[in-house]
Amino acid sequence: MNRLLSHRISSNGAVIDRQKLVHFEFDQKKYTGYEGDTLASALLAHGIHLVGRSFKYHRPRGIFGSGSEEPNALVRLIGDKSSEPNLRATQIEIYDGLIAESQNRFPSLKIDFLSINNVFRRFFPAGFYYKTFMWPASFWMFYEKLIRKAAGLGKLSKKYHRPERYEHKYAHCDLLVVGSGAAGLQTAIIAAKSGARVVIADEQHRFGGWLLTDNDFNINQIPAASWVHETVKNLQSAPNVTCLSRTTVSSMMDDNFVIMAERVTEHLGKKDMLLPKQRLWKLRASKVILATGAIERPLVFSGNDLPGIMLSSAIRTYINRYDVLSGRRAIIFTNNDDAYFTALAIHKAGGFVRCIVDLRVNPKSQIITKVRKIGINILAGHAVIAAHGLRHIASVDIAKYNSGKQAPTSSILHMDCNLLAMSGGLNPVVHLHSQRKGKLVWDERTSCYRPDNKSDEWVSVGAANGTFELERIFIEATKIASTTIMKLAKENNKIKTKELVTVPQIDKDKQNWTPLPTWLIQAGQPHVSDKTAFVDFQNDSTAADIKLAVKEGYSSVEHVKRYTTTGMATDQGKTSNINAIGILASCLNKSIAETGVTTFRPPYTPVSLGAIAGRNIGGLFDPVRKTRMHSWHQSNGAKFEHVGQWMRAWYYPRDGESFQQAVNREVYATRHYAGLLDASTLGKIEVKGPDSAEFLNRVYTNNFADLPIGKARYGLMLKEDGMVFDDGVTTRLAEDHFYMTTTTGGAAGVLSWLEELLQTEWLDLRVYLTSVTEQWSVASLSGPNSRSILTACMSENKNITDDFPFMTMKKSFIAGIPARIFRISFTGEMAFEINVPARYGAALWSHLMKIGKEFNLTAYGTEAMHVLRAEKGFIIVGQETDGTVTPHDLDMGWIISNKKSDFIGKRALERKSMNEPQRKQLVGLLTADPSKVIPEGAHAVLDPNQEMPMEMLGHISSSYYSPNLKHSIALALLKGGLNRKGQTVYIPMLDGQQPIEAKIVDPVFFDKKGERLRG
Amino acid sequence: MLKIKCPFCGVRDESEFSCGGEAHIARPTTDLKLTDKIFSEYLFMKYNPKGVFLERWCHTSGCRRWFNLARDTVSHEIIEIYPMGVFPKTVKGKKAYQANWRRKSKYEAVSKPAKRTKK
Ligand SMILES: [Zn+2]
Repeated sequence: MNRLLSHRISSNGAVIDRQKLVHFEFDQKKYTGYEGDTLASALLAHGIHLVGRSFKYHRPRGIFGSGSEEPNALVRLIGDKSSEPNLRATQIEIYDGLIAESQNRFPSLKIDFLSINNVFRRFFPAGFYYKTFMWPASFWMFYEKLIRKAAGLGKLSKKYHRPERYEHKYAHCDLLVVGSGAAGLQTAIIAAKSGARVVIADEQHRFGGWLLTDNDFNINQIPAASWVHETVKNLQSAPNVTCLSRTTVSSMMDDNFVIMAERVTEHLGKKDMLLPKQRLWKLRASKVILATGAIERPLVFSGNDLPGIMLSSAIRTYINRYDVLSGRRAIIFTNNDDAYFTALAIHKAGGFVRCIVDLRVNPKSQIITKVRKIGINILAGHAVIAAHGLRHIASVDIAKYNSGKQAPTSSILHMDCNLLAMSGGLNPVVHLHSQRKGKLVWDERTSCYRPDNKSDEWVSVGAANGTFELERIFIEATKIASTTIMKLAKENNKIKTKELVTVPQIDKDKQNWTPLPTWLIQAGQPHVSDKTAFVDFQNDSTAADIKLAVKEGYSSVEHVKRYTTTGMATDQGKTSNINAIGILASCLNKSIAETGVTTFRPPYTPVSLGAIAGRNIGGLFDPVRKTRMHSWHQSNGAKFEHVGQWMRAWYYPRDGESFQQAVNREVYATRHYAGLLDASTLGKIEVKGPDSAEFLNRVYTNNFADLPIGKARYGLMLKEDGMVFDDGVTTRLAEDHFYMTTTTGGAAGVLSWLEELLQTEWLDLRVYLTSVTEQWSVASLSGPNSRSILTACMSENKNITDDFPFMTMKKSFIAGIPARIFRISFTGEMAFEINVPARYGAALWSHLMKIGKEFNLTAYGTEAMHVLRAEKGFIIVGQETDGTVTPHDLDMGWIISNKKSDFIGKRALERKSMNEPQRKQLVGLLTADPSKVIPEGAHAVLDPNQEMPMEMLGHISSSYYSPNLKHSIALALLKGGLNRKGQTVYIPMLDGQQPIEAKIVDPVFFDKKGERLRG
Repeated sequence: MLKIKCPFCGVRDESEFSCGGEAHIARPTTDLKLTDKIFSEYLFMKYNPKGVFLERWCHTSGCRRWFNLARDTVSHEIIEIYPMGVFPKTVKGKKAYQANWRRKSKYEAVSKPAKRTKK
């Protein structure tokens, strides 16, 4: 047959606009379609079925369904600036200029080199990945690259900054109706009349659901299509109703928190730049009605994945909605009445239905009689046992079939065709119900899993509830809508319940909804293999895989799912899950109900990462905190580093200086003259209340109760497990008032921890905490000249600097600014931390720099600060500690009070294992080569020539070049380190470099007696 | 995402809260001289029942107050919300309190649980 012949049939009152021609491109070829077409319908109109290669075996795959259930037709959309993979062609609305390409093929769809996998199928059995991982690791290293190249669906755009905009929207409603078919429209219109705030959402581009496909009858004496039109119009004009088309409800979570992805401009060629590509709704609904419909099940037989084999409902949808006949010589294979409507539709569209192969022995109903009257051949009690063809279905093998014995009972009839419609019954779309942990019950009459409908918060209705006959759907929807409104009215008196509701009357051909469940058609022929009887089309798992899993001892449905990967692809097993359970049940000789069902998890269909991120990208990803001195740092050429959310001045390079040169200069100047550091980011907490001293005594390891007013003390905070949590200096401002500082990164955590203790543990303590980190700007003035600079800056009482002992605080004025001045030091030099109300930060800084000029005052950044403190062996919490380090490990036993009966972590420190001599302990390292700086994070060993894996002694936590010592220095945590001083260790390097040799020394490298500090 | 009724602010989204784990863990003080084994029950062992669980929550992105909450870990139903330092009042909450292995632990027998005090 000539594939170029148009498959478009004469107009049928479909959803496309035949006046509006649309031009698009698929795999570098140009095509036309009509406005309203999906990419799938437009391709089928050109006779194109083959749109992709399968995941594992690279088998040719065609368009299979007509909506979100589509497992095969995944394509990539190419935009001007970006591309998006793994979109279902059945849901992409075409527009002028759309460019799409097929995926998972190399080099082209028709010739695919990787389809060699198809020949070697025996190498990819169930549990392939698990079995591969069992091989020696070296084998896996080899195969991994190969497998990764072959596996995976689609390719991501390399440009990580997407130009499209996504946004988030938050909303509340009384009732969310999911789905706009007969059940959805009927419930929504009843709810609309009650005055409730209603949101109705549907993933398709227009409302109507299955009534868009089957509408050859009247509802309330008007054509079904008109009834849909009228109802939708009424909903849209109701002020209390929000109608959302192209909106997929992807997740339904606790307390009816619903996530919906609305495709706002994706379907438009020329996009309105003011509108986002997608809008992610976060909706809280009091009640939810799930009218999500049902998805047809395929039948499982050999070769059932050939292009040209489609779901019966999809074929009918393409005819009735898009005027597209997917093939002209059709065979119908069914176990129920619904496929007869498809036979009728194909016949009316001018196609030739060669025969209907019905698994049921004696099917009877109004619709069957009608089909028989037209003269369509019905082969009852028969099955298609195999399909044949190269890249498209060409013929089928048909035989009499005994469903009970699972075997053909006659010789084979060979019949050619170019379209096969299959219908294995319907699966209610229970995903959202299942996501909320709703239970499913197996319904014998309709052979499907339907929701138990036991929740008060949500309810399923119509086909989603396993009610498939339209008359019954309308009755059920009317009833459920009324009861839901009654419930809502109890909570909200604005909602009226008195509105008259009627059940719509229809005149539709009666069908008999009792499918004959047949999960696997066994060919019973030696030359026909069930290795091509596909269950999950997207993950390429077959009936043979499930059988193999059972043979290997798997019996739980959840295990078989994971072992065979059935139902685990991006389509979440929409068409495969129940067939897989059916096959598993028959392998295990159990009923379906006994076998059980797997859990559907969110999302219903994949949600784009861009939509999840919304506007929280780039500069809006996370807040950036800047100090009040920031602009001075900036205009003085500072390079910045991020410390949590804070931006801190890292170093200030001057004319052409390298990083190391600048840091060396800043470190040298601070030790010899004076340095100024912006320390505003330090966490600051006001602790107030009569029990403050007692409280601090309980949270610090050392004593704070005896701290005199005006004095400061360094404290170490532990968690209950005895590990170091934070450190800082706390000063007593008054009897009941302390000023605590914390590390920059730990500030929020410390406040939360202290609040937790006060509120949950020591409810009797009267202590109040206030975070004042952002209320104070802090300049840390350090170095031999610091006292002179401070004196020169004082507005009054210049003499207070004369008697200003170490670890004390004084209040005064600097350049007229009220200041709290602390004589504390993190550099080992004489130092003053000057705190002023935050808004004076910039003024204070400039004033200090101006006055300090004649004293050689140099601004230094965080890197110089690190070097200065490391020279003194001062730890940084989070660098020398990692949640597994005790004060003893840091050789800071002196800070643990023996006098206090209790503090947080005290008992844990007394545990036997905490005093193990081989714990990692803090030491200093001096490299043999004074210029060689060890990389931080490197590991130390005693013998660099030992066999791998080497025995680690510990790791390097801090490492710098010290310009004052003219030597590389490092801090390390080594096993039993405190007793290893004088020993030599080696630090092995990557890339074949020589190991670095170093000697274990005391961690205080500079001014061991602390004379400069106290001076 | 749960809706949680903060006793101070009213109903808010779960994302405003943080869960602080098991409630009613009495803290043994050092002077009790517990053995390492008994003390480690306090330090390391947690309760993780299928069913009603008493846990501590904090309205972190709101009023920053802590409170107790009885929640069914299967259905996520919130059975009871009650202040720090007091015990559950509902039948389910009381049962969950008694069902915890900690009620029989040696360290709890000597430790004082946190108590609500008038300020
Ligand atoms: Zn609150």
